[in-house]
Amino acid sequence: MVLIYIDQDEQEIKKASFEAISYGAALAKQLGTHAEGILLGTVKESVEALGKYGVSIVHQVTNSGLNNFDASVHATVVTEAAKKLGATVIVFAHNINGKAIAPAVAVKLNAGLVAGACALPKTDAGFVVTKTVFSGKAFASIKIETPIKVISVNQNSFGVIVGEGNATLENLDLPVPASKIKITSIDKIKGEVPLTEASLVVSGGRGLKGPENWGILLDLAKALGASTACSRPVSDADWRPHHEHVGQTGIQIAPNLYIAIGISGAIQHLAGVNRSKTIVVINKDPEAPFFKAADYGVIGDAFEVVPALTAAILKSKAGA
Amino acid sequence: MNILVCISKTPDTTAKIAFVEGNTKFDENGVQWIINPYDEWYSLVRAIELKEKNPNVIIHLITVGGADTEPIIRKALALGGDEAIRVNNTSNDSMVVAQEIAAVAKGGAYDMILTGKETIDYNSASIGSMLCALLDTTFIPNAISLDVNGNTAIVKREIEGGEETCETNIPFILSCQKGMAEQRIPNMRGIMAARTKPLKVLEATIHNETTSIQQFDIPPAKSGVKLVDPSNMDELVRLLKEEAKVI
Repeated sequence: MVLIYIDQDEQEIKKASFEAISYGAALAKQLGTHAEGILLGTVKESVEALGKYGVSIVHQVTNSGLNNFDASVHATVVTEAAKKLGATVIVFAHNINGKAIAPAVAVKLNAGLVAGACALPKTDAGFVVTKTVFSGKAFASIKIETPIKVISVNQNSFGVIVGEGNATLENLDLPVPASKIKITSIDKIKGEVPLTEASLVVSGGRGLKGPENWGILLDLAKALGASTACSRPVSDADWRPHHEHVGQTGIQIAPNLYIAIGISGAIQHLAGVNRSKTIVVINKDPEAPFFKAADYGVIGDAFEVVPALTAAILKSKAGA
Repeated sequence: MNILVCISKTPDTTAKIAFVEGNTKFDENGVQWIINPYDEWYSLVRAIELKEKNPNVIIHLITVGGADTEPIIRKALALGGDEAIRVNNTSNDSMVVAQEIAAVAKGGAYDMILTGKETIDYNSASIGSMLCALLDTTFIPNAISLDVNGNTAIVKREIEGGEETCETNIPFILSCQKGMAEQRIPNMRGIMAARTKPLKVLEATIHNETTSIQQFDIPPAKSGVKLVDPSNMDELVRLLKEEAKVI
């Protein structure tokens, strides 16, 4: 059986879990078995509805202490669930929480781990999973040598597959160790889609010349329904908040569309965004290295191009 | 207070990524090696800052790798580590690396273990979490600040869409990222002192790999950028809608 970890935050199931379930369900089909989910804590929405992504049963450990994330506690409970339910493959999203517990679960189950898988395993000769390495500059095919396998799936690499059906909810009674972490405050940016979950991202660099010029970028993001990001020099200069910094040392993202405005495309920046499906680069310098990594390029003045693009998007939306 | 800082050797961020031996090995020819930036800039420098506030702090460094990692560990000593251990194991399997570190940590009574949030070569972000299970110790991932008050640590960490502040008691394990500290450059005094700081080599004890790399591949090159006239943004919207199908 393939067991998928369903990640939740503030009692809402994370979008990344839908992709992990889709991956786990496709893998289960490939292996001739079925997919089940494990959910820790309580959520406000319907758990049964997760059936449409491909799980037949969702096991829930309804201990409200589990609503606060503690890697050690969560890894212990998931491990016990995997043992009790007889899971042979455990699938996580490669998001912050998934990264924090999948390796611990692998240790506890004596399982080989591939962290950051970007495709379904090849199972004709062994169990070989492809993952991105060198910050997206290469792929490695990794064979898991152990009977039990743990995989975390890179976000936006497999996609969410929506089918039909409802999952059966089953309560799972497992001992929950006491957490040794006391959470004292949570500070969230309200009303924004977290960058790692965004499917459309508009990002600005030094070419925008100053924080007072961000209005054109924000207008474009609003017209698209996109999240906003920035390059490292921009966050270092405090033009934009640090949590918007994408790149090697910032956040790594893989949206469907990444629009880079006034960003030259240094290798460290590319390392954070090169898994994006489509990259649009707007830059007045035709020699900007980013054009080599782009799908579409506009050589022109951002202060003219960006408002024109916003107007074109609004026009297209009004027409549709 | 004893801090164990895990140090990994990685290719420089601008290194050319290529493979040899039928795409089964990383091409090390001409590659400049650095301390994994997350290990250096964030976990090691934060440990040094804690030592500057509290002289009772001893910074222990550990690396798992062959003799070619020694220049890297010497640089970490030059920055401000007190002593180092190299476990002579060249495995690429995170599980093996974590087990080697855990074997050392079990005998060391460390108050905290710091790792980078991931290495920039294999990007698995696994060692901290694996140590958590191997040592049965609290693990806080993606830490962006750390303050220590007696036996209590106050840690801020990144969560999706924000930050969380929490407290825990020693011992604990952290994976560190941007925000924790600022990059430093070793000074001449540090470089001279590093030459005589203890660097102990331990033989590998873990040999059971749970995974093996079969092959590397370079992603196909982009077919080339399609340029759109800056005065025709309707065309860009059409391409994004009809060709790329992303909006």
